[in-house]
Amino acid sequence: MTGLVLPERLRDVEPVRRIRTPARLEYNFTAGQATSRFLRGIATKRILGERCPECGKVYVPPRGSCPTDGVPTSEQVELPHTGTVTTFCVVNVQFYGQAIEVPYVCATVLLDGADIGLFGLVQEIPFDQVRMGLRVEAVWVDDAELTTNLSSIRYWRPTGEPDAAYETYREHV
Amino acid sequence: MPDAEVLSAPLVLEYPFRRTVGPVQSAFLTGLREGIVLGIRTRDGRVMCPPVEYDPVTGDELDELVELGETGTVATWSWEPEPRPNQPLDRPFAWALVRLDGADTGLLHAVDAGSPDRMSTGARVRIRWAAEREGAITDIACFEVEQ
Repeated sequence: MTGLVLPERLRDVEPVRRIRTPARLEYNFTAGQATSRFLRGIATKRILGERCPECGKVYVPPRGSCPTDGVPTSEQVELPHTGTVTTFCVVNVQFYGQAIEVPYVCATVLLDGADIGLFGLVQEIPFDQVRMGLRVEAVWVDDAELTTNLSSIRYWRPTGEPDAAYETYREHV
Repeated sequence: MPDAEVLSAPLVLEYPFRRTVGPVQSAFLTGLREGIVLGIRTRDGRVMCPPVEYDPVTGDELDELVELGETGTVATWSWEPEPRPNQPLDRPFAWALVRLDGADTGLLHAVDAGSPDRMSTGARVRIRWAAEREGAITDIACFEVEQ
């Protein structure tokens, strides 16, 4: 503490110790054509990736081009609703705006047939049992609530299948 | 394969930060809440407002708070014709560096001048306090141009 001397009027009042400095950024997000196609698929409970004609990789959500080959991803690929947890994170810290109780698990799910992971929640399994290689399937919102938003997939839950071998997803970790 | 319509939606990023202020800013903000403005004296005798914790020349810790007046002089300014949400005023106003009487540096704040014609370097301004004060820079609602 410093030798700071407060004016007399401030000596007997509760000092200010902290301030709120909120930052709020209001954007309008435009998805682009490829991601719009993907989101329209989500609204009909379909997961649509797009394949690169050069390397054959399937991107989901698609961004319209292959980052490796720089060409449009012209072929649409409907993907199954099952995949493998490649990486995950147990969230233990409560924060503002959080929709669910801690601890919970966020994971990257590599859909079968896809070459890039989708981000989502893993539930219906204790947080400390989530693991790399866990086989999961999508749990969707009710059909009436489907929208052009990835939140139409509520979360991913274990399928009960044996874990995927590391070699099957090592390229995607 | 172009589609009829590209999807678009509002996206709001919000970070509700809070931070501790340290002893000098604490004194400054407590002062604002109680309706007084404090500066701090540097080793070479200048008074800085807002107050800083360390001397800008020597780096020494500073501790001599100085009570300033509610009036001051516009050192420089810029007109804001279209205020954005959460700016100090919802009508056109001036951003100004106000050198409060007794201070040697400028405090950035809004001047409710009504028109840029009433703003000038050297204009005399006075604090308009907020109706409810909580220990924040917004406890000064804005400055008014003195007649």
